[in-house]
Amino acid sequence: MNGCNNCSGCQIPVSLPERKEEYVVALAGNANVGKSAMFNQLTGVDQDIGNWPGKTVERAEGLLQYRGQRIRVIDLPGIYSITALSTEEQVSREFIAHDHPDVVVNVLDASALERNLFFTLQLSELESPMILAVNQMDLATKKGIAIDLRKLSGLLGIPVIPTIAIQGKGIADLSDAILSAIVTRPKPHTMPYGKEVEDRIQKIMALFPAGVGGYPPRWTAIKLLESDSDTIWEAKKLAPDAVAAAGAFRQELERIHGEPAATVMSSERYHVAEQLVAEVMEIRPQNENELSLTERIDRLALHPLIGYILLIMVIGGLLVWTFIVGAWLSELLTAFLSGIAPVQPLVKGTVVDVIINGAWTGFVAALTLILPYVIPFYLFLALIEDSGFLTRFSLMLDQGMHKMGLHGKAIIPLVLGFGCTVPACLSCRIIESPKQKFLAAFLVTLVPCSARTIVILGVVALFVNVWWALALYLFAFILIVVLGRLAFRLLPGESVGMIMEMPDYHVPSVPIVLGQTWQRTKSLIWIVLPAYIIGSIAITAAFAAGFLEPINTILSPITVILLGLPVMTGVVFVFGIIRKEMTILALAALFGTTVFSTIMTPVQLIVFGLVAMLYAPCISTILALAKEFSWKQALAITALETALAIAFGAIAFRLLGLFM
Amino acid sequence: MTSEQLEEYLESILDIETIDGIAKTSAIAKCLKVAPASVTEALQVLSEKGFVHYEPYKGAKLTDLGREMAQKVKRRHRLLEVFLTDVLHINQENVHDEACKMEHTLSDETECALCKLLKAPARCPHGSLIEACNRQVESCSSCLEGEGTVSSCTRDEPLLPVTTLAPGQKGTIAFIRGDNSVVQRLTDLGLTLHTEIQLIRKAPMLGPVEIAVRKTKLAIDHAIADHIFVTACKETTG
Repeated sequence: MNGCNNCSGCQIPVSLPERKEEYVVALAGNANVGKSAMFNQLTGVDQDIGNWPGKTVERAEGLLQYRGQRIRVIDLPGIYSITALSTEEQVSREFIAHDHPDVVVNVLDASALERNLFFTLQLSELESPMILAVNQMDLATKKGIAIDLRKLSGLLGIPVIPTIAIQGKGIADLSDAILSAIVTRPKPHTMPYGKEVEDRIQKIMALFPAGVGGYPPRWTAIKLLESDSDTIWEAKKLAPDAVAAAGAFRQELERIHGEPAATVMSSERYHVAEQLVAEVMEIRPQNENELSLTERIDRLALHPLIGYILLIMVIGGLLVWTFIVGAWLSELLTAFLSGIAPVQPLVKGTVVDVIINGAWTGFVAALTLILPYVIPFYLFLALIEDSGFLTRFSLMLDQGMHKMGLHGKAIIPLVLGFGCTVPACLSCRIIESPKQKFLAAFLVTLVPCSARTIVILGVVALFVNVWWALALYLFAFILIVVLGRLAFRLLPGESVGMIMEMPDYHVPSVPIVLGQTWQRTKSLIWIVLPAYIIGSIAITAAFAAGFLEPINTILSPITVILLGLPVMTGVVFVFGIIRKEMTILALAALFGTTVFSTIMTPVQLIVFGLVAMLYAPCISTILALAKEFSWKQALAITALETALAIAFGAIAFRLLGLFM
Repeated sequence: MTSEQLEEYLESILDIETIDGIAKTSAIAKCLKVAPASVTEALQVLSEKGFVHYEPYKGAKLTDLGREMAQKVKRRHRLLEVFLTDVLHINQENVHDEACKMEHTLSDETECALCKLLKAPARCPHGSLIEACNRQVESCSSCLEGEGTVSSCTRDEPLLPVTTLAPGQKGTIAFIRGDNSVVQRLTDLGLTLHTEIQLIRKAPMLGPVEIAVRKTKLAIDHAIADHIFVTACKETTG
């Protein structure tokens, strides 16, 4: 069998497992080693790729069809350890132990072998059939690192495949290795630790010969030694006396080393990893005075002065680029589409007329309002992400984020929030403490996403002036800082500091940047286009049927009396909860014009933009928040933001009325 | 010269030296609010006892012995400040003066008990870093959770927080201060004891520090990095 490097795993004759319809393979490994790129290569599914640790927040699934076999590939989130300090670690270890994937593919970064093997050792204690994919071989070679993979395979007892996932190299070998591993089920050798530790592991294994909670005995013993709370809880149900005995062994170990046993275990694993690396890796001495590309860029990007100037330029550039390119694309599309058929949203007539007109209006609005702004934004964002700049923002802004009880990592969701709030909320998972995670998600909902940007542009910038639009943006930023500080004080829980890996920069790859942009745009189209078309039909139909009046009347105390807006805006805000851009669409449909300055005064336009920007997050966001946190928290955010929007809107209406 | 005066001198020389590189007589006089003449006299005594290198008209520099002594007193001073602020809730303005008087009479045992009580704090209420103790322990938990007395053997080499290394300088991890969860997080990322690490850069205004460990680079919050103590390696690379 080629691709196996003739490892011992393939030499053991094993009978064929019963033929299954579908096999399951899990990709596991450290963050930012190229798991997502490998997943895409294997399955052809477009999983987001980015050069920052923690990219894969949700477990992704895809299908690999290879030599007539159906193999379901699961991309587990990237973690550094399975001590279950975080939810991701918990999820990964439970999946491997309880869902019994046929093969676990441990993806490693060849240029940081020691730390990656530390994880491999932990993973191997779960005793699943396993193979190693040593990825980013090209980067390692560039750094003068040579790895004897055959030897590594021999030492670990499992197949080891070299890959360069971004270029698709080694993927065929890896697929072959996966197929044969399904048959041979190679299990890694047990790596013995130091005598003091190993003796105690053996003694505890004798106490729990069958393991606990579906985990293998050795894993159980190690976890009891590390005083892992889940394992202790499970074990106590079986044999409380044995748990006490294990506790005594732990105390002995702690007395010898003067460190908590879990730390002792980590040191032991690193010790084994060091020995493995010493056996298999050779580093060609490099000229230490020659600075790497990363170091040279970092001298500028992380410079105390130039760094901040660059950062402001990049974020400013991102927004300006989006607006300029977006406006240009929008104009092109509008001209093209109005050539096909005119937009006439308000019609009364036969059901068919209503539906066709509504659908066309929705389609045109989606195409001219959303796509032109989203595509350039995502393109630029993909460039920042893939090159590795986003992690540098985290480092530079860490101190600033402390003011809001957050740390540098939170800048990643906040920047993503300019695109779409939903993925930005999900990416808050990279933050460790529950308090900070919720805080970050709350602030992300206040970042003007592309939809809200479109409302501000389409209503305020176009019909009042650009400065008022910028003022609204500025107001949103101030609100984020102020509310962040307040929430930080009010919310219970602790804040922990940042520890984040700094990946090397690399030249963004064109296929990845384009693929990423397309993938994000595509998923947005799937949500937006139907919502627009259905929403637009609903508005047109509701108008034709005369349902709008009652809604407007109920909401009129808020819209008319408090906010000083036309009565018709009540319905507009209701539709806006589906998607924020729908407010523009509804406005155009209901008033029968896209020149909003004819229906509202400048003050009304500004108040409308302000309220639309702040009030309740869209339905998708509310759902995402409920899923990530709880319905209670999601609704609390919704209620708070709606109240804030009404309060600020009422104040703005009265203040602006004085001099405009 | 009383031991109290001696310690006060060493402390202020350490402070001035950190900023100016060398402690001038005039600067010491200003700091301790005494006449320059008495400073000159005191420096001669300190020099005889081997605590400082003193050159007339240039100033004084601490010897290794003097530095160890000064840091020990500084550590006690700052621990006392945390104690006075967090436990006794003494008014911020008086904390410094109170600690100044108490620091000279503190025994090793009381200092250790104070450190345990306060759970090995990283910084004093004014934000200055508290030095690690020089006992031969490998983590704080052996002290915080252990029963009875802790090893009273002292380390041979001085410990430096990684945040005080110069960019490019390397050190070997000797001690990670703080509670288990922080130690575990750092250990899992490869920051185990006796591992060589290199400080790459420090972000301005006490921002995160970037360090290289096991061929990877990590950005670590300044407050967390304060807990990582190393023995510095002599050679540096650019």
